[in-house]
Amino acid sequence: MSLPPFETVVAEHGAVVLRVCRAVLGPADAEDAWSETFLAALRAYPRLRPDSDVRAWLVTIAHRKAIDGYRTRRRSPLPVERLPHEPATADVFPERDQALQSAVAALPAKQRQVVAYRYLADLSYADVAALVGGTEAAARRSAADGIANLRRTYRKENPDE
Amino acid sequence: MSNKLLHALPDADPGTLDRLHARLVDAAGADLDVAYRTVDTPLGSLLVAATAAGLVRVAYPAEGHEDVLAALAARVSPRVLRAPGRLDDVARQIDDYFAGQRRVFDLVLDLQLAHGFRRDVLTQLRAIDYGATASYAAVAAATGRPAAVRAVGTACARNPLPIVIPCHRVIRSDGAIGAYLGGPQAKQALLTLEAS
Repeated sequence: MSLPPFETVVAEHGAVVLRVCRAVLGPADAEDAWSETFLAALRAYPRLRPDSDVRAWLVTIAHRKAIDGYRTRRRSPLPVERLPHEPATADVFPERDQALQSAVAALPAKQRQVVAYRYLADLSYADVAALVGGTEAAARRSAADGIANLRRTYRKENPDE
Repeated sequence: MSNKLLHALPDADPGTLDRLHARLVDAAGADLDVAYRTVDTPLGSLLVAATAAGLVRVAYPAEGHEDVLAALAARVSPRVLRAPGRLDDVARQIDDYFAGQRRVFDLVLDLQLAHGFRRDVLTQLRAIDYGATASYAAVAAATGRPAAVRAVGTACARNPLPIVIPCHRVIRSDGAIGAYLGGPQAKQALLTLEAS
């Protein structure tokens, strides 16, 4: 058994990783995080064991990149320069989706990560706990709290949902 | 996914993912070991792949592009990405060849997929001019192993760079065109193109 071409990895997991990056970091930083994640993954790919869970591996890299990005932003108060072709947030998310996006953004960091890794990336609670720290039970609680919070904020703005 | 609420989060649109893919290829630089693209030709969609050393693979649709890419990942490197820009010159020369406007490919080749006698045969094949043909026996003789006629046939059948290394110009001593990895019709089409 050998590793499939990296192109297959991008095709199969690119969309999920972008959703995770958008949920964890918000749309403005998501594309940079996606790019850094896949570039780091490409570099490390030949050393990946062929029977690995590729999606969990990518989410782990994305998680570390997100932490690095957070530290960098804290160190540099100036806004990071954006590529000119990066579309404005409003073009990417229709109004209704944007409400959910802001509800996700309003979650405490850990709940946001746990919800994204569990429900968007479909990682097991064991994998989620390994990423964010703490026990599996604590990850479960964070996810439940996160969803409850999300429902509360989101429904307040969208009573029809 | 077990939470319906999150279904309302937007999916990544294909345009965004295409743009991110292109950005990844640009950023990859020397970390991308195998770049590939397809080229539309009268003989179907050809897969072309290159390493830093040069063009490493040309494949007919009959070889199964997915299988060819999997083999490249296993034998060369799994760092494989679709990167059309890196193969623009290859695509242009193949276009020109099929338009009858190019007789010689001016490309750097990476022959790492052929070893030993098979590589000797490929070197001999490159000496057969556009529009000319040689017999399997003549190619065997030219490699210094006149008895290895069957091995020459095998080397042609496994040519990693068909069209660019002209195994289609090798025919049977009785004049029959013989087998071809792209199928006998493709071989006939190439010989007809070069004869016109």
